[in-house]
Amino acid sequence: MFSLNSIAAFVDAWLNSTFSPATALAFQFIIIGLLAISLFAVLGLVLVLMERKVSAYMQIRLGPNRVGPKGSLQTVADTLKLVSKEGLTPAGADKFLFNLAPFIVMIAAMMLLAPIAFARDFQLWDINIGVLYITSVSSMAVIGILIAGWSSNNKYSLLGAMRSGAQIVSYELSAGLSVITIVLLAGSLSISEIIHSQADGWWIFKGHIPALISFVIFIIAVTAETNRAPFDLAEAESELTAGFHTEYSGMKFALFFLAEYINIFIVCAIGSILFLGGWMPFHIGNWAAFNHIMDYIPSSLWFFGKTFFLIFVIMWFRWTFPRLRIDQLLNLEWKYLLPIGMINLLLAAAVAIGGWHF
Amino acid sequence: MTLTVFYLLSALSVFSGLMVVLSRKAVHSVLYLVFCFFTIAGHYLMLNAQFLAAVHVIVYAGAIMVLFLFVIMMLNLNLAAEAQKTPWIKISAVILSGLMLLVLVASVKGAEELSAAQPQNDIGLVKNIGNILFDKYLLPFELISLLLLSAMVGAVLMGRKEPQPQNE
Amino acid sequence: MNILQTIPLNHYIMLSALLFSIGAMGVLLRRNAIILLMCVELMLNAVNLLFAAFSVHHADGGGQVMVIFIMTVAAAEVAVGLAIIVMMFRKAGTTDINLFDTLKW
Repeated sequence: MFSLNSIAAFVDAWLNSTFSPATALAFQFIIIGLLAISLFAVLGLVLVLMERKVSAYMQIRLGPNRVGPKGSLQTVADTLKLVSKEGLTPAGADKFLFNLAPFIVMIAAMMLLAPIAFARDFQLWDINIGVLYITSVSSMAVIGILIAGWSSNNKYSLLGAMRSGAQIVSYELSAGLSVITIVLLAGSLSISEIIHSQADGWWIFKGHIPALISFVIFIIAVTAETNRAPFDLAEAESELTAGFHTEYSGMKFALFFLAEYINIFIVCAIGSILFLGGWMPFHIGNWAAFNHIMDYIPSSLWFFGKTFFLIFVIMWFRWTFPRLRIDQLLNLEWKYLLPIGMINLLLAAAVAIGGWHF
Repeated sequence: MTLTVFYLLSALSVFSGLMVVLSRKAVHSVLYLVFCFFTIAGHYLMLNAQFLAAVHVIVYAGAIMVLFLFVIMMLNLNLAAEAQKTPWIKISAVILSGLMLLVLVASVKGAEELSAAQPQNDIGLVKNIGNILFDKYLLPFELISLLLLSAMVGAVLMGRKEPQPQNE
Repeated sequence: MNILQTIPLNHYIMLSALLFSIGAMGVLLRRNAIILLMCVELMLNAVNLLFAAFSVHHADGGGQVMVIFIMTVAAAEVAVGLAIIVMMFRKAGTTDINLFDTLKW
């Protein structure tokens, strides 16, 4: 079987048999780095194209259809355009911080890749505090966004960055609470153990009401955390031109843009891992035959299928709901989502202690 | 190997700590402090205190420093040049803190070398911290939530705009 | 991995003494109230590091629990402190620490 895990094991065995252990380790680091970067590039291209196509079909348009078959190479052309553009630094900007900010956002996005399991036993770093790690690293991106807004020396950038920062910091709480619900049910912080605990059914099905509520809260919170519509008032075009990256151009803008889409992918991957079982195929309790048939579908296909489904849902939001005002946004978080999340956490604790989940 | 990493991390944290004090712009100070906190999280990781490292990054880099950045950006402090203390006060400040360092270091130098107890390395894992926190330290844990609540009330009370100036 | 057999505890004491002194120097040196708060954070972190090092050294989790408590206190301190500074800025238009000695505006 050509599963990702066996390919990785084969490469590992080949490197270790050909080179000394230290050299093999160095090669593995290089391979992982290259894979991560190429995954990012491919994801960026695919997600931007997907966004444009999905929004086009929702508005009964065709979307990009000139470059390549059915417009599939449109984003490649866009990337080439961005790369060839001049990177401007506005007058009065803090040059070092202005150039540093996109990389902070990008590094935070890259570090989030480490504990994510892409397929059965295919994971870079199975750290035993995986969920905490994700929470702590994702809080780094706020600093990059705030620096970007401040160092541009532009009031629209600053306002956009502050809105974005307030939004991310507030909605992080709700996302964290809904993650903790699943941690309570699964009894572990490690990503691989959470996935293995869903072998007889995904948490959204066997976690009763608390898992459902926390799934809804999670989706709302991550939509806000990634600054997507209807929570995109950090870069509300009609009010703030483009938010914190107004002054960015060329490759640095491309990095922000890429990081935005990578973050969408990562939060959807986390959502699919916590609630929809990650790479775990669709299993029902002790229906051995059914489960066995489901196992024939490769685990990486399950993971990417669920993740892209969640991404589609988030893109769907964009064309369904009108944008919120900033006070409505903060009210939604502090007066509704957070109290509901806390009560839901109590409910989940009762379910976990009583052992009422399946 | 670990000693080299320790020295590197320590040099970075001392350097960024110094830059927090010496930077002209308030935003630069905040960013150096964030960097300093990351190096301290690195120290926690080297001590195998994983839970502490994660919580440290969440609380400090994710919440407290963002709050600092917010306030500095909101007040737009960079436009107004910060008032400086007189050179005499500056020199005496440096001397005073140097003396304090001297006393601290001297008191450690005089002490006998601490014997390396058998370190139980999984003490920093989430499970063990949780067991201690919710068993031995349950009362302080509850009290600290009261502290947070009162701080929240206080901050909200002070942060809001006053309705109208009072007549004296 | 036996970290503490390669890194002596004295190193941690020296490092946190250094960080603590730097924080104290900042408190004495600067006049911007926000920077003062940041230097206090630095001093608290020096203490935190020492707590964690001793906790691992004595194989007693109490030190790390104490670090968590200190973090909470620091968060509360920053929230209230920054609220005071913002209020002071609204009244006086500056964050100079010397304004605090008037006790009224």
